Amino acid sequence: MPQNETYNDQVVRLFLLAAAVWGVIGMSIGVFVAAQLAWPALNFETSWLTFSRLRPDHTFGVIFAFGGSALMGTCYYVAQRTGHTRLALPRLANFTFWSWQLVCILAMVTMPLGITQSKEYAEPEWLIDLLVAVVWVSFGVVFFATLARRRIKHIYVANWYYGAFIIAVALLHIVNNIVLPISLTKSYPVYSGTVDAMVQWWYGHNAVAFFLTAGFLGMMYYFVPRQAQQPLWSYRFSIVNFWALISVYMWAGSHHLMYTALPDWVQSVGMAFSIVLLMPSWGSAANGLLTFNGAWRRVASDPAAKFMVIALVFYAAATTEGSLMAVKTVNSLSHYTDWTVAHVHSGAIGWVAMITIGSLYAMAPRALGRPAMHSKRGMEWHFWLHVTGLVMYVASMWTAGVTEGLMWRATDANGVLIYPFIDSLMAVRPFYLIRFFGGLLIVAGMVVMAWNLWHTAAHARAHLIKPIPVPIPEPEPQQTPAPVPARA
Amino acid sequence: MAKGYKYFEAVEKHAGKLAILTAIMVSIGGLAEITPLFVEAHRITAAENVKPYDALRLAGKDIYVREGCYVCHTQMIRSLRAETQRYGAYSVSSESVYDRPHQWGSKRTGPDLARLGGKYSDEWQRLHLLDPRSVVPQSNMPGYPWLADEPIDSDDIVARMRGLKRLGDPYTDDDIAAAPAALEGKTAMDALIAYLQGLGLPPQTAEEPT
Repeated sequence: MPQNETYNDQVVRLFLLAAAVWGVIGMSIGVFVAAQLAWPALNFETSWLTFSRLRPDHTFGVIFAFGGSALMGTCYYVAQRTGHTRLALPRLANFTFWSWQLVCILAMVTMPLGITQSKEYAEPEWLIDLLVAVVWVSFGVVFFATLARRRIKHIYVANWYYGAFIIAVALLHIVNNIVLPISLTKSYPVYSGTVDAMVQWWYGHNAVAFFLTAGFLGMMYYFVPRQAQQPLWSYRFSIVNFWALISVYMWAGSHHLMYTALPDWVQSVGMAFSIVLLMPSWGSAANGLLTFNGAWRRVASDPAAKFMVIALVFYAAATTEGSLMAVKTVNSLSHYTDWTVAHVHSGAIGWVAMITIGSLYAMAPRALGRPAMHSKRGMEWHFWLHVTGLVMYVASMWTAGVTEGLMWRATDANGVLIYPFIDSLMAVRPFYLIRFFGGLLIVAGMVVMAWNLWHTAAHARAHLIKPIPVPIPEPEPQQTPAPVPARA
Repeated sequence: MAKGYKYFEAVEKHAGKLAILTAIMVSIGGLAEITPLFVEAHRITAAENVKPYDALRLAGKDIYVREGCYVCHTQMIRSLRAETQRYGAYSVSSESVYDRPHQWGSKRTGPDLARLGGKYSDEWQRLHLLDPRSVVPQSNMPGYPWLADEPIDSDDIVARMRGLKRLGDPYTDDDIAAAPAALEGKTAMDALIAYLQGLGLPPQTAEEPT
């Protein structure tokens, strides 16, 4: 066995760069479409700049380009560290980087041009979907091949979440995108109507579950103990939550279709499982937060830890809210309103973005061969810009959503509807302005992060950094080190 | 160490077993909910008055899909009193059997459109799509002026009808043969308006004696 093995951080650094760039792009598009809702003149009567074509660019850019790059980068980093081994199949790993960037660019360019399936969160057309499938399988191969050559027999829990994320997203992506191509740029799904709706929200909901939750929990389970500099609060609890989360989440998709033409029993099953889902969600959040027990002083002085703590608080809050909104009575008010938008963003800006940013701040100095990030003050600035923007965004959209829900159902003493639809739009317009300014603050924070990363990477750009050697553990008595042949 | 740990240890220290067990656990929920719908889908037949989209409306529906109208408009009236009061009878499964993909939507920045057909004149729809604020001053909907100059490619629509026929939609060869004539000289705007005017309206209503 080679004693001079080093970690492959080259591909990790590439993903880190991509995540920072896509984060700024995806969120900037978000701010632009938010501005379009407040000032419709910003559509400029130009097809590819129109709100309805650009909004999928925002969601794809943030979820798949920013989130996807961050997940793949941290996954490669974590699998190496927890297994005490170098990444397997380095060329395939590089292929996953370049082809994922190609997927993101193709998707982000074609969607505004009107080449779209218009399936929410699965908009890119069939050719891009095929490429996604190829990249995803390659990603899975690199990940599991790295696991296979690990030197620590026991598979650390972060890898369980990354593994579930890879397997489930492959399954969801393939099933949801079975289509009959008509031409290079147009296809029809094999499902129609009610079945299509159920497949779509099984996918949509579980994209949230396995892309935006399981994947980022993998990040959390590695970087939170790392940053708290003490072990996970309860390892066993994390395993219980793992099985509960992955088996329960898949049932809950139908809560996106309450009171619709979907059969009643499917709606009720979705609602029941959404309530059960509270347990693994709170479990993971509590496990993460309690890991800081006894190390809270560190949180005050470490901005990366601050991001992680607030991320976990928002994870707990957003999943509680989600289960609440899955109750039919609440859903009848909240559905179709901006409350849904508030919920998604408290999850996306609060949980997903913050755990990612915290993890990037924890990982970047190590991957870039520096003792710390270039500017601690820059990290503090980012934290406060982000949190202020988050609160403005979420609070304004909650208020807007409840306002819409109440106005749509308001009746007078004779049972006649009081408000024409347009009145509800007029009522929430001030909140659209507040949301826009909140979004601006968040993008400003991302720009600060990009600047900070750029300066932290100065040594890496000058090729001054040395690869980090893999600490090779003593073989344990019953342990058969993988790869097996240790005879020579 | 608990007695059952050795069984769990087998999973915990073996990536292949872990992956397989994970795949099984994530599949159960989806299978349980979607399989019955597939079985049932064969029993959901289109309501008697719901026909597959004619060539012009199909072109219009695909424009609706392309422009991403579902981002702000639903086509799903829920079975709630306030909804049926505002938009009309609640939506049922048999109405969307020809929608690929479904257009139920998830957000109402604008109103539901499931029963929009016949509510406004063609001319109103045209003005509204060209510049929404010319007819609804408070609206924040974008205008879609480029649709007015965009011709419909009838070969493309014929290919689409053939594709839908392969997927099981009951188009006859005559329907498909008649498509180019029906699309002659039509723009994307004409098609979209034809689609919108047909939403929720049984095709033969206009001819029914009252």
